Amino acid sequence: MKNPLVSLPGTILMGLIILVVMVVVVEAIGNGGGGM
Amino acid sequence: MHYLDYDWLIFIFRYLHVISGVMWIGLLWYFNFVQIPTMPKIPEEQRPAVTGHIAPEVLFWFRWSALATVVTGLILAHMNGYLTDALAIGLTDHNGRSAAIGIGMWMGLIMAFNVWFIIWPKQQIALGLVEADASLKPAAGRIAMLFSRTNTMLSIPMLYAMVSAQNLY
Repeated sequence: MKNPLVSLPGTILMGLIILVVMVVVVEAIGNGGGGM
Repeated sequence: MHYLDYDWLIFIFRYLHVISGVMWIGLLWYFNFVQIPTMPKIPEEQRPAVTGHIAPEVLFWFRWSALATVVTGLILAHMNGYLTDALAIGLTDHNGRSAAIGIGMWMGLIMAFNVWFIIWPKQQIALGLVEADASLKPAAGRIAMLFSRTNTMLSIPMLYAMVSAQNLY
């Protein structure tokens, strides 16, 4: 499989995927003490 | 708020952190959005202008603004009293803000490590700023490019983490 970081759109897509996963993790951690 | 009091100093460090970060990520995006995609389109005889003059200058401001961003950011987190909880990504205080700023901080630290210990040494080889066998240059350039792309990828969630910690949580 081609490395997605070779292309700029692939890089941005990977960044957005990490962003979504990160938001889920932050919400999960924050649910013990408030959150949004 | 009074000038020179503790809150004002926190504000000054946040300001310094933001302007350092703008320079760092601005130059990172210059590499990834402008220089790397444009280089193949530049005639061969004109490329030394970029590799010999522009890129070394960019790399100077790039790596020092990365260091300044990390240093001012760590000082800011300490002054605000959340450095430890943030580095523990909120697992100690179960706070969304600590989780967000903490994940952002770790991403920033990884990115700064990449700048100083991978991108800069490999770029020195690729650009001919240090003595190295010519056969090593293409591989060094590719590694520098991939880690620069890694940092661009991380900059998207990192900036979301920073801004959301300030405004959402």
